[in-house]
Amino acid sequence: MISQARLLFLSPAAVVLAVAAGFVPVLVFALAQGGRFAIDGYVWRILVFTLTQAALSTALSLALAIPAARALARRNFTGRGLLLSLLAVPQSLPTIVVVLALVALYGQSGWFSGVISLYGLGGILLAHVFFNAPLALRFCVEALEEVSPENLRLAAQLGFSSRARWQHVEWPALRPLVPRLAALIFLLCAASFVVVLTLGGPAATTLEVAIYQSLRMDFDLSRAVTLALLQALLCLVLVLVAGHLAAPAPAAARLRLHAPVQRRWGLSGLLTTGLVVLLVLPPLAALALAGAQNLAVRPALLKALGNSVIIAAVSGCLTLAIAWPLCLLQARLPRWRSALGAIGLLGLVLPPAVLATGWFIILRSADLGAASSMILISCLNTLMALPFSMSLLAPAMAGQLLPQDRLCSQLGLSGWTRLRLIDGPFLVRPLAQAYLVAFILSFGDLTAVLLLGSQGLVTLPSLITAEMGNFRSASAEGTALLLAVLSLGGTLLANRIGRPS
Amino acid sequence: MMIQIDKSLYRHDGFELAIDLRVPRGSLAAVLGPSGSGKSTLLNVIAGFEPLAHGSVLLDGHDVTQVAAAERPVSMVFQEHNSFAHLDAWSNVALGLSANLSLDERQRAAVDRALDLVDLTNLARRRPGDMSGGERQRIAIARVLVRKRPILLLDEAFAALGPGLRREMLRLVKALHTSEGLTTLMVTHQPEDARSTADKVIFVDGGVARAPVDTARFSASADPAVKAYLGAWS
Repeated sequence: MISQARLLFLSPAAVVLAVAAGFVPVLVFALAQGGRFAIDGYVWRILVFTLTQAALSTALSLALAIPAARALARRNFTGRGLLLSLLAVPQSLPTIVVVLALVALYGQSGWFSGVISLYGLGGILLAHVFFNAPLALRFCVEALEEVSPENLRLAAQLGFSSRARWQHVEWPALRPLVPRLAALIFLLCAASFVVVLTLGGPAATTLEVAIYQSLRMDFDLSRAVTLALLQALLCLVLVLVAGHLAAPAPAAARLRLHAPVQRRWGLSGLLTTGLVVLLVLPPLAALALAGAQNLAVRPALLKALGNSVIIAAVSGCLTLAIAWPLCLLQARLPRWRSALGAIGLLGLVLPPAVLATGWFIILRSADLGAASSMILISCLNTLMALPFSMSLLAPAMAGQLLPQDRLCSQLGLSGWTRLRLIDGPFLVRPLAQAYLVAFILSFGDLTAVLLLGSQGLVTLPSLITAEMGNFRSASAEGTALLLAVLSLGGTLLANRIGRPS
Repeated sequence: MMIQIDKSLYRHDGFELAIDLRVPRGSLAAVLGPSGSGKSTLLNVIAGFEPLAHGSVLLDGHDVTQVAAAERPVSMVFQEHNSFAHLDAWSNVALGLSANLSLDERQRAAVDRALDLVDLTNLARRRPGDMSGGERQRIAIARVLVRKRPILLLDEAFAALGPGLRREMLRLVKALHTSEGLTTLMVTHQPEDARSTADKVIFVDGGVARAPVDTARFSASADPAVKAYLGAWS
């Protein structure tokens, strides 16, 4: 038993090792260089742009999401469920698909060509708000619907104006959420890679993209190291700020009464809801229509699909192999819960480009073939998927394993027998869901493929960039639609599995 | 008549409640009945939180069927969440006078007086989260006082309190009921509350809210539904 239990610690050890292999070489390389990694004007400009676009993206997303959430919360109208489901679509789409959808709509040959200039800051903000405004909207609607029905009735009885309702009911409900949400969106946008790489340009580059360019285009390792250190520092600060802001979730109100339903639409609510809808739906429609016309089976497509499936399947297995023991340890060792949780989050603290820089330094003399680069890509994807898979597994472990401990020990059930008879049936669904989530994330990933891919390695997302770059936008649209449909289908399946029967 | 609901029907998701009752001005009526029979629904209909399928609600002689909750002559106290967690006790009471908390001198004095009456003067600057359940309910009672609406509805307002505290709150309600001349309806699960405090009982059972009867007559009732509800209590 004891030796089996010790084996579980291999999983946090593997994560720490992989992250250390990413960060330590960067540090060592930087120190060996002495003072040669001073921040010059170029690096400084990139840092300023990284922060500026992240701040603007965050502000715009929240400015749209909060009034729209006020308007949509506790409202009954036909199509509300459909609307909220459609607003969940951006989260399940691979970034490159969204970029292509925006190009199909606002690009040079798009339907609304010239409405906005897609390349540069404008396009980056558009894509970031496309992802994050619906995300923030859904979080805010959830928080607003947690308000106790009694408080809402009290507000109705006291005749609150819209302003008083905001001041006394809605803002207090959102206040614990908004700073965390802002920190999360800022973090996501500061480390954004695919959007900036495809829609940015020489004047609109972030640290993450600059690391990639130094590493894979300019072969300037010392510049990559400088940028990676800066990026690691920035993300560490952001994660600490976000962690500091993480207030305990307020106790959920028991929904004893039906909450009163909003009837009137305010101007700002109508306006922002309309804007979010106009932001999200037309690009999706453009992608669906353009893609459907150009979907054709080609050998290149099948090869890319095969590679994507292999990488995603390996990532899913690796993620389960790490997340399952980690969550088990978390449930069994309450004293270590937060430390183990932090290990799971390491892939978010150190963004992919930083980790890739370190791995690159270690492997720079080795000649990587397609197979070994696919394994590296899967490893990087695993680190990125770990927080999401753990957030699905951990509650199942804590909520379903521990309460059965006493009965199981009384009946003498343990080890494999217990897993097969008692825990297995409970864990099948969360495990399948955690696997699928990791699979989908890896399936749509472009970041790791670009950072670590070998010369000839093509996956579905990288096929899209290649086709876009070769002015074969029609085939790119077809490929993107296929990727979008598979990703959405996987997400729907994962949600279905996760729903208790 | 302070409350008059004639031959009306409430309907929601297959649940129906027929209401036909009149409550005279100045009554203190307990609303009794099995769980899920519609006691709270009756209060919600009077307060304007739930619409009637058909029929009308007359309060103080005026038809308020189409009138919004805030415009009705009603204050309602719930079992919990009667205050906003981010505001201190004083501000929570002051909301009863001004939704944007801009009070004149006279209104501020009224808030102070109400807090004094419910014995919360020393806790006026505390937030609900730092107060006991009984203290939080006294905030709600103080707000009822400053709003000066003639009808008071208590929806299991003291169900979460211990027996001693509950009796104390009932005494407070009874005293205010008398001094302010309120018409009071209180939903309770404790028939003894009705006996100790109320002069009338409204029995809600089998989809019907019955007209109020004197408490003494209710407890001596030969009606099988009432006897089944009261069980060993007598």
